[in-house]
Amino acid sequence: MRRSYIHILLYLALIVGVDLLTHALGKSYYLTQLTMSFYYSMVVLGLVLLMGYAGQISLGHAGFFAIGGYSTAVLSTINLMPYKEKPIIRLLESMGFLLMREDLYGARILSFNPWIGVITAVVLAGVVAYLIGIPVLKLKGHYLAMATLGFGIIVYRVVLGTPVFGEADGISDVPGFQIFPGLSINGEMDTKRMNYYIASAIVLVLLYLLMNLINSRVGRALRAIHGSEDAAEAVGIDTAGYKLRVFVLSAVIAAFAGALLTHFNGGIGPGESSVMKSVRYVAIVAAGGMASLWGGLATSMVLNFLSLRGYFGSYDDAVFGAVLILIMLFAPEGIIKIGRRQ
Amino acid sequence: MLRVRNIEAGYGKVKVLRRVSLHVSPGEIVTIIGANGAGKTTLLKSIAGLLRTWSGEIRFRDKDITNGAPESIVALGCVLVPEGRQVFSTMTVRENLELGATVRYKREPKEAIQDDLNRVFELFPRLKERQGQLAGTLSGGEQQMLAIGRALMSGAELIMMDEPSMGLAPVIVKEIFRIISELRKQGKTILLVEQNAKAALSISDRGYVIETGRIVLQEPAEALLENRDVQRAYLGRDLDAEVEI
Repeated sequence: MRRSYIHILLYLALIVGVDLLTHALGKSYYLTQLTMSFYYSMVVLGLVLLMGYAGQISLGHAGFFAIGGYSTAVLSTINLMPYKEKPIIRLLESMGFLLMREDLYGARILSFNPWIGVITAVVLAGVVAYLIGIPVLKLKGHYLAMATLGFGIIVYRVVLGTPVFGEADGISDVPGFQIFPGLSINGEMDTKRMNYYIASAIVLVLLYLLMNLINSRVGRALRAIHGSEDAAEAVGIDTAGYKLRVFVLSAVIAAFAGALLTHFNGGIGPGESSVMKSVRYVAIVAAGGMASLWGGLATSMVLNFLSLRGYFGSYDDAVFGAVLILIMLFAPEGIIKIGRRQ
Repeated sequence: MLRVRNIEAGYGKVKVLRRVSLHVSPGEIVTIIGANGAGKTTLLKSIAGLLRTWSGEIRFRDKDITNGAPESIVALGCVLVPEGRQVFSTMTVRENLELGATVRYKREPKEAIQDDLNRVFELFPRLKERQGQLAGTLSGGEQQMLAIGRALMSGAELIMMDEPSMGLAPVIVKEIFRIISELRKQGKTILLVEQNAKAALSISDRGYVIETGRIVLQEPAEALLENRDVQRAYLGRDLDAEVEI
């Protein structure tokens, strides 16, 4: 445990250091891509738990990310003004579920409070993951990879073909997400630094929670399942139950990340749900060492940042595919091993 | 304590067990002997809930556990030491043992589990010495002890063991059987599946002989040891040769 506290201190120092450095170099626009990378890294952290500890591969986490992003995007941009006088809308408004704002052109829009959007995002993804997981995770082997691959493709096609989701254009003009007065996730220029710190803090909290989970009985049970599913069953571990809970948890984290990034970016497009995005997450987890939260985070931050800054050009997806192949060929244990037990 | 009635089970379309019945009373050591592929492992897996039975009934302590969830069968007090030991090789000895108590953490105080851990360490001093070591680095005999210790940690009264002597040196095999007798003295009931029929029967009360998925013989252990057919088939005594001499 001591070691992980040192890691946390290093993490904090690095966060502040990078902020000061980019500021000093006059490149504070890097913070935008770093903030986005933090949100993508949340998906990676959830997947580390699923892949590295429960030994299950999901090729559909971009789908959960998109479910999260699109849920909150739809709810926080839908205009309820025409129905303002309906009793149900009045009730919702009086309960604080709705929010009035002005759009770019000064028109008044009444839509759901982003809090409602984010909560819906998380719950919806959890329910979907649960429904997929129940039948699939009772089977041993890599059936989850196949089922989630299909799921990811379905989400992509649905998003691409449904007017509510903006089809190929996606949804834009998504308002910021005010967590507390004065603390808000949005893409405004003057809150760039604040958003960088908010995102890094959320990732830190997530890391802390996941580390506690891994070092608990649950984490031990998960490693046992990864070691030998038959033996785990024989000693009385509810293997299907544990796998299901971890799968749902990782899906919920992905949806939460998707919702937050959508508020930060002010919109979401169908590209977020593409299967190549899912492959990208899997590649990052593999490169980070499968069962290492810190390794996964570091790899994710670096690769996502480079990708978002456009260093990979039009080879973006190919780079992540290549990473996956190279890792599997030459370093199936991952390239980064810090923070790894034994 | 355990009563199996007319169960049938198999893999895919292949039926392995054909109307198998047996019972185990509290405090007994019961051995099932039989050739490779006779269905011994299949039988234990069916009882443990790791394999679905096609028909028949399994009752443990007067509760129907047929096709129950493995974790609830362990929680009731019936645990399997699987064939080939199956320890969690990338985890420490201690973690392996603690995992054995998975079903107890919710309903029992930590102290009770700690007590059992000490008792397992008493029974297997080697495991205590090596508690921080990865299970994969243990010798075969130590791994078998760990697998048994892990099963004991569940607090179960009925311990089913699948080929505990497999692949072990004769001196270790002797030690394992000594421990099994010791467990009975401590009040455990044991259902044993063994190819090493002679050693197993010599510590058992009763034995069953299983052939191609059927129980063909059920007798007290001494009687089975004396039985000429059993001697010929499973105890490695070449009677015809003896007669010729």
